[in-house]
Amino acid sequence: MEAFLFWIFAVVGMGCGFLVVWHRNPMNSAIYLVITMLCLAGLYVLLMSGFVATVQILIYAGAVMVLMLFVIMMLNLRADSLQREGSTRAWLLAGVVGLVLVFRLAGLFSIGDANPPAAEDFGTIEAVGASLFSTYLLPFELAAVLLLIAVIGAVILSKRMTP
Amino acid sequence: MIPVPYYLVISAVLFITGAIGVLMRRNALIMLMSLELMLNAVNLSFVAYARMLNDTGGHVIVFLNIAVAAAEAVVGLAILLTIFRNRETVNIDHLNLMRH
Repeated sequence: MEAFLFWIFAVVGMGCGFLVVWHRNPMNSAIYLVITMLCLAGLYVLLMSGFVATVQILIYAGAVMVLMLFVIMMLNLRADSLQREGSTRAWLLAGVVGLVLVFRLAGLFSIGDANPPAAEDFGTIEAVGASLFSTYLLPFELAAVLLLIAVIGAVILSKRMTP
Repeated sequence: MIPVPYYLVISAVLFITGAIGVLMRRNALIMLMSLELMLNAVNLSFVAYARMLNDTGGHVIVFLNIAVAAAEAVVGLAILLTIFRNRETVNIDHLNLMRH
C-alpha cells in the first residue's frame, strides 16, 4: 500500500513539476504547481510527517498559491504575450544537462534502510512544537519579524504612486 | 516499504526541473513559480533526512522555510505588479533599461 501510494505521488508530482516549467500560460503552470504541492504533501505523510504535510497544504498550497493565482488573474496577460521562449534545440540541451545533473545527484545518495527507527511521536505537532519553542526559538522569532517586513514591503510596493 | 533515498531522488528531480525553469523561461511569473518548485524540492529533502536521522529539526526547518517562501512570494509578486503597471510586460527580456 505504501509503495503503491509512493509511486502515484512520485510520478504525478514529477510530471506536474515538469509541466509547471513547460506550459506557456502561467495560469496552467500555477494549477500544476498546486497539484505538485499536494503530491508532496502526500509524500510527507508517507514519511511519517503529518504536521509538515498539513502545514504544506494549509499554507503553501492554500495561501501562497492562491495569492499567486490572484496576481496572475489580476495581471490579465494578453494571449499573444504568452509563448515559450527558447528553441527546441535549447530545450533538448537543457533536458540532457538536467538528466546528467539528476544522475550525478542521485549517485551521491547511499542506499538507506526502508524503515529507519523513529521516535514514537515523530512528526506530530507536539514534537515539532517542543522543538520549535525550545531549541529553535530564535529562528521562530526571526521568521515572525521576516513576515512583518514582507507585509510592510508588499503594502508599500503596491501603492499607486499618485503624480 | 520505500527506502528513504528514493525520496531524495524525487527531490533532486524536482530541484533540477525548477532550476531549468528559472534559467530557461522568460516569463517572470513562471520564473517565480519555478523558484517555488525548487523550495518545495528542498523541503522534501529536509523531511526525508529528518525521517532518516530521526531529527525533528528537519520539520522545524521546513516550517520556517515555508514561511520564508511565503514572504518571498509576496514581495516578489508586489515587485512584479509594480513593474507590470509601468512597463505593461512580464517578459524579463524587455526589462533592459540598464543595458548599453
